[in-house]
Amino acid sequence: MKKSVLFGLVTAAIFSTNVQADTLEDVKKAGMLKCGVSTGLAGFSQKDEKGNWSGLDVDVCRGVAAAVLGDASKVSYKPLTAKERFTALQSGEIDILSRNTTWTATRDTSLGLNFAGVVYYDGAGFMVNKKLGIDSALKLDGAAACIQAGTSTELAIADYFRENNMKYKVVTFETSDQTRSGFESGRCDFLVSDQSQLYSLRIGLKDPEGAVVLPEVISKEPLGPVVRQGDDKWFNIVKWSLNAMIEGEFQGVTSANADEMAKSGKPGQKRLLGSEGDLGEKLGLSADWAHQIIKQVGNYSESFERNVGMGSALKISRGLNAQWNKGGILYSPAMR
Amino acid sequence: MDNTFTPIEARKPPSSAIGPIAWMKESLFSSPVNTLLTVFFAYIIIRFIPPVLDWAFISANWVGTTQDECTKSGACWIFIKQWSGQLLYGSYPEELRWRVNLALIGLVAVVVMQFFLPQHLRRRVGWVSLLVYPLISIWLMYGGLGLETVSTDKWGGFSLNILLAFAGILMSLPIGIIWALGRQSQMPFVKVVCISSIELFRGVPLITILFMGSVMLPLFFPAGVQLDKLMRAFIAITLFQSAYMAEVIRGGLQAIPKGQVEAANSLGLGYWKTMRLIVLPQALKISIPNIVNTFIALFKDTTLVLIIGLFEILSTIQAALQNSNWLGGHHIEGYVFVAFVFWVFCYTMSRISVHIEQKLNTGHSRS
Repeated sequence: MKKSVLFGLVTAAIFSTNVQADTLEDVKKAGMLKCGVSTGLAGFSQKDEKGNWSGLDVDVCRGVAAAVLGDASKVSYKPLTAKERFTALQSGEIDILSRNTTWTATRDTSLGLNFAGVVYYDGAGFMVNKKLGIDSALKLDGAAACIQAGTSTELAIADYFRENNMKYKVVTFETSDQTRSGFESGRCDFLVSDQSQLYSLRIGLKDPEGAVVLPEVISKEPLGPVVRQGDDKWFNIVKWSLNAMIEGEFQGVTSANADEMAKSGKPGQKRLLGSEGDLGEKLGLSADWAHQIIKQVGNYSESFERNVGMGSALKISRGLNAQWNKGGILYSPAMR
Repeated sequence: MDNTFTPIEARKPPSSAIGPIAWMKESLFSSPVNTLLTVFFAYIIIRFIPPVLDWAFISANWVGTTQDECTKSGACWIFIKQWSGQLLYGSYPEELRWRVNLALIGLVAVVVMQFFLPQHLRRRVGWVSLLVYPLISIWLMYGGLGLETVSTDKWGGFSLNILLAFAGILMSLPIGIIWALGRQSQMPFVKVVCISSIELFRGVPLITILFMGSVMLPLFFPAGVQLDKLMRAFIAITLFQSAYMAEVIRGGLQAIPKGQVEAANSLGLGYWKTMRLIVLPQALKISIPNIVNTFIALFKDTTLVLIIGLFEILSTIQAALQNSNWLGGHHIEGYVFVAFVFWVFCYTMSRISVHIEQKLNTGHSRS
């Protein structure tokens, strides 16, 4: 209790000093966007052998950099652990936190932070051995589950099985690698983890084809970029940069055809790309802000497929993350 | 008469006392318990060594550039090969890595010079390099003054481990000496300050200090003021190490007979002269094994900075394992490689320590 009061006071102090802060000016002055990412999560923020960052979370930062600075490569990546991520944002060490962070009410209300949207709708899911011939989680009654200890998944699966009046046995492991080995050696019938990670765990199996990921998603884990509270201008920029990528897909604008669409597209496309209307000006950016995002980073679909989808090793299907008119829940507010 | 005495050739010892059979009987099967142990360990060796060798060498994959080329059943060393740049230098720009190399070569040169220079030059060169080398290496690593600047968030890999360990030990030595002397001081205020700082930092795990430095400290700074993350880790490591160093040196100080101080006093030497000329040279000399010991411990502890998101060698491995092109589960290769690198370095350092002890031996050794 005392700890949380102290933490609240400290947060409040930071929060109050940041009210006047103008992140947009700071970023422009530095010519560099400071972006907090994870220390490594396949498909979301990962380093390659050359030290370059890529991933869905990384693309959000690249998009904001393209919108604000006109160059998607002007991002300085700050790898953060789960524990230090909010402090780094509160203290101004980073301008934007894009680190597979779940949007929860507690975080949104008590940390002096704002979530600027959802990049990926994640949730706990199941992976089962193909040989069992199970196609739905509802047929898992009495089965044994491999779970990583101390994760929110443990709670989610307990709730799910109780709601559906099913029984299950738990085999817990310390790390995700051990959980995978446990599943592989047959110590349990199915493995529970966040969907996004199920796919990377599956690739690590000796026989990836021998395991299937079930369609059920049993908890809400919406992941999105976070900014400091009290700087609404910056909050708007991050929010609409993400929306521009989603709207880009909806409008059929890709990195390949963006230049052409800006000249000869439909009115909605032209408005998005800045050749009509004054959206950029209202955000405090140049007119072609969204044009730069889509041209340099791509629309949401391009980024998704390249990093976690069919163009990547993970091969995650769009699922919930498809556009609202294609069976998903991805929906950008109106761009006008 | 030829009466010269010619000794007959010595007879060979009986085969039961010499040769491989006797040796085996003596060392391996001298008693039932020994026989049991021998059989047990022979079984372990036969059971485990060949598979390990097979995994690491015979069926290992050496040639190629991608995960898909790891087709044989053994270790996938391609993984290590492809990531070696990151593992050694982190994200330090490739065309500037010569600067890191130069700094490391300089470090080796400084150490080697202490062994091969003639005695009368050694001390002078030692002091100069102690003061000048850190500045030069920081200039090389960070840049400025004509070199391109490389911000510290690009530093990483094993060179970061080496840097943190050496910088930590270099800074903690003077602080540790001051704390150790302060702890024995007659002045109550100095004494209390030194004892409390030593006990504070020695009584807390390094992880806690690192977390404080990385998570809490930034919240206490005014907005807009940022201390570099690497700097915060470095300060945390230095404070922690200084506390240990102080205790190691206190051990050395207490081993110096009181007569040494009294003799110095009777010659009219003041406190600092007594310490500098009489006590510390002896105390530091007998502390060397322990200093090297804490240094090796610190060197291995530098991997802990992974918990605050710095890319030293171990966290680079973990990041590499998360790259979607390398998800095939190369954990064992990665961790074996890190263990091997650390073992080579730590073993070398302990040998160097033995060498220094022999060099400085002035005949007071009791063994």
